Amino acid sequence: MLKQSPSQTVGPFFHDGWFVGGENDLVTERTRGERIIIRGRVLDGDGQPVPDAVIEIWQADADGYFNHPADPNQEKADKNFRGFGRADTVHEGKFWFKTIKPGRVPGRDGKPQAPHISVRVFARGMLIHALTRLYFSGEDFNADDSVLNSIADAHRRRTLIATREESNDPPIYRFDIHLQGAGETVFFEP
Amino acid sequence: MTPFVEYSSLDRKIHPPYLHPAYQSTLLRAPQRPLIPLPQTLSELTGPVYGQAAIQPLDNDLTRNAVKGDRSHGEPLGERILVVGRVLDEAGRPVPNALIEVWQANAAGRYIHKNDQHHAPLDPNFTGAGRCLTDHNGEYRFTTIRPGAYPWRNHENAWRPAHIHFSICGVNFLQRLVTQMYFPGDPLLALDPIYNGIPDEDGRQRLIAMYAHSITQPEWALGYQFDMVVCGPRMTPFEAG
Repeated sequence: MLKQSPSQTVGPFFHDGWFVGGENDLVTERTRGERIIIRGRVLDGDGQPVPDAVIEIWQADADGYFNHPADPNQEKADKNFRGFGRADTVHEGKFWFKTIKPGRVPGRDGKPQAPHISVRVFARGMLIHALTRLYFSGEDFNADDSVLNSIADAHRRRTLIATREESNDPPIYRFDIHLQGAGETVFFEP
Repeated sequence: MTPFVEYSSLDRKIHPPYLHPAYQSTLLRAPQRPLIPLPQTLSELTGPVYGQAAIQPLDNDLTRNAVKGDRSHGEPLGERILVVGRVLDEAGRPVPNALIEVWQANAAGRYIHKNDQHHAPLDPNFTGAGRCLTDHNGEYRFTTIRPGAYPWRNHENAWRPAHIHFSICGVNFLQRLVTQMYFPGDPLLALDPIYNGIPDEDGRQRLIAMYAHSITQPEWALGYQFDMVVCGPRMTPFEAG
């Protein structure tokens, strides 16, 4: 067996390597599903914005399928949806994505999970990325989701739930990421 | 039942911790709660799929890709190098069609980024950014110039060793890796808290590229080899439920 290559920080100067423009808009006219906007901030242990982070998201299409060979239903996946996005946090630690609300993806027990988006955080000052998940407020399936229920503390569980704001069309889901502190976001080890 | 081929987790004995006080920016940015185990589902075992459409012809030649439009061709200053290597999983299998993105300082140790205030010249013929896909053998190749060291404010008289940032998107979201490639014999390595945040001496050594005379091209450029290893499938596949 070979050993993994160690991670290193992205540093502060990743923009020219990672961004051309439009990486945070996952939707075209032909994409299926409910349009949503995700807005959030990345905050440090003092509650201060982190302006040199990168957020990557990865998600299923509106029916819960991935256009990827590991998905047995790949042929049903929406060919007009890539499912991958990237955003910086240059302006006061804020990021946003335009995407669609994903469908339900089977869990390890075969039971569908609550809709969620995989979220990865990179930053100057992080020697290795952190992985979390975004779930959706007002979603009945959350109560029955085995990943959410594996987090015993309800306050901690709530760090994964993006809050829906109806005042906008398309609706906005708020999802702040706290790297550290009392409201530290739940991060996962897959 | 849906078959799941589980992937190995990040080896935390090899990777740096979140909190590494010698690198001061980790103090307020390191998550401190224990990580929560996450069962691997299709959300983790899939990821963006890249094809040649993601790549333009000069994307892997940083000595030429900075010149856009009808500006007359100018070459960046510095020592021209070739960086060649493979992306493998832990079982030694090549990872094909992995997207590799690189970014680096110019020969004077200056990034094109507007926030880089280091008092060293910009190079109009160098943006320091490139990308490519690995081929069916997991191989990649960049032409670039050797980056310079540059100062930062982590501690008194702090200088980063020369390095090239590497980002890899492999076959799924679990193979995601961002790292840095260093150069052999750099005296700044021993003093660098980012490099020394890696707890494992062998791991640190694996981030140092090897000078490869077989890659060096006469009258043209010095060659370096830099292989990277990402998470791979665990040995025993099993079924859900």
